[in-house]
Amino acid sequence: MFPARFDYFRPQTLEEALGLLQEHQGEAKVLAGGMSLIPLMKLRVAKPARLIDIGRLSGLDGIEARDGELAIGALARHAPLEESPLVREAVPLMADAAGVIGDTQVRNWGTIGGALAEADPAGDWGPVVLALNARLRCLSARGERFIAAREFFRDAYATALASDELVTQVLVPGPGPGATGAYLKLERKAGDFAIAGVAVQLAVDEQGVCREIGIGLGAVGLTPIKAVQAEAILRGQRLSEATLADAAEAAAREAEPVSDIRGSAAFKRDLVRALLRRAIEIALRRSRGEQVEAGHV
Amino acid sequence: MSSLRSIRVRVNGIEREGQVEPRLLLVDFLREHLGLTGTHIGCDTTSCGACTVLMDGRSLKSCTAFAVQADGREITTVEGVAADGQLHPLQEAFREQHALQCGYCTPGMVMSALYLLSRNPNPTESQIRRAIAGNLCRCTGYLNIIAAVKAAALKLNTRRAAI
Ligand SMILES: Cc1cc2nc3c(=O)[nH]c(=O)nc-3n(C[C@H](O)[C@H](O)[C@H](O)COP(=O)(O)OP(=O)(O)OC[C@H]3O[C@@H](n4cnc5c(N)ncnc54)[C@H](O)[C@@H]3O)c2cc1C
Ligand code: FES
Ligand code: FES
Repeated sequence: MFPARFDYFRPQTLEEALGLLQEHQGEAKVLAGGMSLIPLMKLRVAKPARLIDIGRLSGLDGIEARDGELAIGALARHAPLEESPLVREAVPLMADAAGVIGDTQVRNWGTIGGALAEADPAGDWGPVVLALNARLRCLSARGERFIAAREFFRDAYATALASDELVTQVLVPGPGPGATGAYLKLERKAGDFAIAGVAVQLAVDEQGVCREIGIGLGAVGLTPIKAVQAEAILRGQRLSEATLADAAEAAAREAEPVSDIRGSAAFKRDLVRALLRRAIEIALRRSRGEQVEAGHV
Repeated sequence: MSSLRSIRVRVNGIEREGQVEPRLLLVDFLREHLGLTGTHIGCDTTSCGACTVLMDGRSLKSCTAFAVQADGREITTVEGVAADGQLHPLQEAFREQHALQCGYCTPGMVMSALYLLSRNPNPTESQIRRAIAGNLCRCTGYLNIIAAVKAAALKLNTRRAAI
């Protein structure tokens, strides 16, 4: 299998890339890790006339804490995100998610920016950025803007990005005191996309009251879903059995799964309930300083 | 019409040049242009890992990259693993542990294992399993492959200790 013909550009600078994107607007696609785009081009589902390879632009793959935020370059690949001590320490749910994407080869080249721009309904980064209330820094030759994760996902494989725009950074608000999280997904077989995935970020005070909560659901809708009702049930409350059960129920209602080869809609709703409970459990244990594995169930 | 592009790729330590269409896949450049047919095409859909090579030291499914993306980079294929007519300890271990039957998956398995050992000289069994999760074998059944990677780690560590 090979793709339809295209013209290939490899700009040396971000400015050059943005200029090319503007010049060829609508006809060009950017190529980052290629792990979503190239398979689609080989199937000729995607037939861009021009390909702008941003894979080697420098300075876009950083992972750094600055101004109270964690700034992650769009070209940061899944594997370094999994391995970064900074990420594991500050936002362990990101390390969890990075480690369960596809397989080693995919994690070695696929990028967080590419995954978010691809907006695969079953992608693992979507629920994570929703739980973290992250913002995406987006750049075009026309200027810069910041898009909240919640505003970014518009439909299956569709985002708020304009066709001349690039995601350049994912900005994660610095976690408050004691805040931590977990990401859990269930898949049918090694390396597969999620049947369902749940991301949780929370902070609980000394009295056991939930001060901060973010919940993202993946693979149970046309877009990743921020479970705002479940969040509202937990925020400001003690995490009692009854409250947790209510929140799990709310998240299952907020999910909009369809039955497909990965499972029935009812099964996926059940998974949302179970994964949410377990992800909260893991986050709580982590907040007490325990080392707990997450990612896969 | 897209025109041909000149690329220079260091393949197994040797500078190679090519005139390629941008849509030429890296695996086809290696197999068809350079005659390096050790890199196999199993699924052509980013699933099986038979086409795995190292690009700048990182494992990559070469059916899911364009040759133009390798321009100016270093590629290692299975042909570059043995040195001076001597099998690499990993290859020896595959032979000794019966880690192949038809051998179709083997080049990819070797490259994934080589990548793992380059980053982690003492992998646990679960780390080995995870490292080859992107490589499918339809006949050997994985256990001997895992045993081979373990044996190779031991060989390499013994060799290192002897130096
Ligand atoms: C076998 C396999 C298994 C996988 N399993 C999973 C999985 O379990 N979970 C998961 O989440 N994903 C999975 N993926 C997808 C993987 O995460 C991809 O890396 C990711 O979706 C795309 O990132 P990329 O850098 O490869 O982007 P590319 O393929 O290069 O690009 C994807 C799209 O985003 C656009 N784009 C890329 N970068 C930018 C940018 N900075 N700004 C604007 N637009 C941009 C491109 O034009 C293209 O439309 C899998 C992929 C494969 C091949
Ligand atoms: S041929 Fe490349 S992954 Fe199967
Ligand atoms: S040895 Fe036959 S596919 Fe692995």
